Amino acid sequence: MIKAKPKPIGEIINDIKGFEKVLIAGCNGCVTVCEAGGVKEVEILAAALRMYFTKEGMRKEIDETSLTRQCDKEYLQELQDRMDGYDAVVSLACGVGVQFLAEMYTAKPVFPGVDTCFMGVTEEQGHWTERCQGCGQCILSTTGGICPIARCAKRMLNGPCGGSENGKCEISILVGRDVPCGWHLIFERLKTLGQLDRFRYPSDDKDWTLSRDGGPREIIKEDSRQ
Amino acid sequence: MNTTTPSKLEKILAAGHYAVTSECGPPRDGRSNIVEHKAGMIKDHVDAINVTDNQTAVVRQCSLAACIKLRLLGLEPVLQMVTRDRNRIALQSDLLGATSFGIHNVLCLTGDHQRFGDHPSSANVFDMDSTRLIQTVKLMRDDGMLLSGFEMKEGRPEMFIGAAENPFADPFEIRVFRLAKKVAAGAQFIQTQCIYNMAKFKLWMQGVCDMGLHEQVAVLAGLTPMKNVGMAKYMKNRVPGIDVPDEIIKRLAGVPKEKQAEEGIQICLEQIEELKQVQGVRGFHIMAIEWEEKVPEIVERAGLFPRPSVN
Amino acid sequence: MRLNYPANLRIIKVPCSGRVASIHLLKSLEEGADGVLVAGCLEGDCHYQSGNLRAKKRVAYVRRILEDIGIEPDRVVMYNLSAGMGPRFAEIAREMTEKIRELGPVPRAGASAGRPAERVPAGSHNVEEVAA
Repeated sequence: MIKAKPKPIGEIINDIKGFEKVLIAGCNGCVTVCEAGGVKEVEILAAALRMYFTKEGMRKEIDETSLTRQCDKEYLQELQDRMDGYDAVVSLACGVGVQFLAEMYTAKPVFPGVDTCFMGVTEEQGHWTERCQGCGQCILSTTGGICPIARCAKRMLNGPCGGSENGKCEISILVGRDVPCGWHLIFERLKTLGQLDRFRYPSDDKDWTLSRDGGPREIIKEDSRQ
Repeated sequence: MNTTTPSKLEKILAAGHYAVTSECGPPRDGRSNIVEHKAGMIKDHVDAINVTDNQTAVVRQCSLAACIKLRLLGLEPVLQMVTRDRNRIALQSDLLGATSFGIHNVLCLTGDHQRFGDHPSSANVFDMDSTRLIQTVKLMRDDGMLLSGFEMKEGRPEMFIGAAENPFADPFEIRVFRLAKKVAAGAQFIQTQCIYNMAKFKLWMQGVCDMGLHEQVAVLAGLTPMKNVGMAKYMKNRVPGIDVPDEIIKRLAGVPKEKQAEEGIQICLEQIEELKQVQGVRGFHIMAIEWEEKVPEIVERAGLFPRPSVN
Repeated sequence: MRLNYPANLRIIKVPCSGRVASIHLLKSLEEGADGVLVAGCLEGDCHYQSGNLRAKKRVAYVRRILEDIGIEPDRVVMYNLSAGMGPRFAEIAREMTEKIRELGPVPRAGASAGRPAERVPAGSHNVEEVAA
């Protein structure tokens, strides 16, 4: 799912300080799973904001809600009747939800409450790591199910590079944590699968048009359209 | 052995001599005399001079400009190109620019991650990796085509294609495979990462020869003389992919400070002698970073001077 | 044991300190408490394995939030003790009350943090304790 982390509260305070009635809107989708923007996080943020503004002697009405998702119009529509009562919204959904909410309620300033980071997995509760870059053309069948675009810091297709040491990416010493070398992982997996011959020949070229580099993308499924 | 390009480096290797190369790091500013000065110190003792490309992701004068300068001085540059900072458009463009100045050697690299450098917040490119770049140069040279399929009727690059390989990186098991892949892509010469662990290097070379790769690609053994024990420790601990055995550190630490430089050179010379006995080693790439003045001495004491001439 | 501890302490019992969520700590302060004390079992003695370790992390998390919004983190504290340590409990309660008295009430309505204790009538400091 999409993984995000809460924004520093100072940023949010700065964004809403000019507004009196603010709605904190969470999302029960991805950001709940990574504990950044679900019901619990909405409660905590709202309480903290109220305490801050009370301390500062600034009158504010800070309300709380959470939607099933913010990336589908039917759920965003549920806010329709309440929106007039607010001057601004802080959306704790991922960047996708923040934008979609803003698209529907164009007259209200909508501020992000989380920093959206990546598509990834739950290694264990409290620890999430990146797995997919959305390159638009999945090559996992050639790499034993491990993605070199997302897991190699240089997105090499013919890795590993010369900096791979003890299964760790060369950036590990810079970032202060062990980043597994994506290509080392691929090597071990291909070995297990008996597919090491994939290492002998150069891989196919990558067409980056299908990824972010090609511009904002869309997917159409004609048989599903009304 | 026939040659595929006018490269002097290729001719020397084809004639069966050991090749000797070294490198110049351009300055971090726009001064026009530095590269010339560094090259001047080594030009009679090497067959070709590598110019590094924003090494360690630190901004320096671009390799292409420095290579042009060397070419105009009548020297033989090796254009190092990393894929970290330029996409396929810029890389092919630079290759054409190099071609227009008669540059005949290119070393295709992926490049250190930009977080190592002085601009860690920059976006990286990595449109291609080193293997893909090797394929690109070969395509431009042998088929006269760009990756787009555009055909160049004239002005095709005539470049001797090189790559780097690190026998000391992990996983060791595939380091020979990786070389095979680069050779399949078109690599003709290899400059290795600097060697200190001779046993491991010999093991890798054995694997290279077992696959018959030594007959398809010329391996130039990388060497960097240690200036002092501090440098040895730094390289062991802080530079990824370099394997410095404890014996080397002990040996340097065992001599007084003022004698460590000579000890470092002595180690380097011993390595050269040992490497001359290793099957498949066709030359030496001496990377005396910020110590270029020692290169002539090393080459002479190693019995590799004067350099052979080829037409 | 009939030991004395300050009267301004409101005790909320929970089966394990791990039951205490971050929002409970914040809401207590928001709704009138001037400090919150979480009393959990000694580390290694948790009946539910690691509930007290979770509580410790949540207390640390809430303290960071308080710091970010300019409220003294020392208002939320965790202590570890066993059920049999009556005198220690009384001691902790007194310590906490003293500290909160020094810090003054949670700043409300335009007051900035750290108003001196003398300016507030005695007995109006509230320390809520959450005890395991």
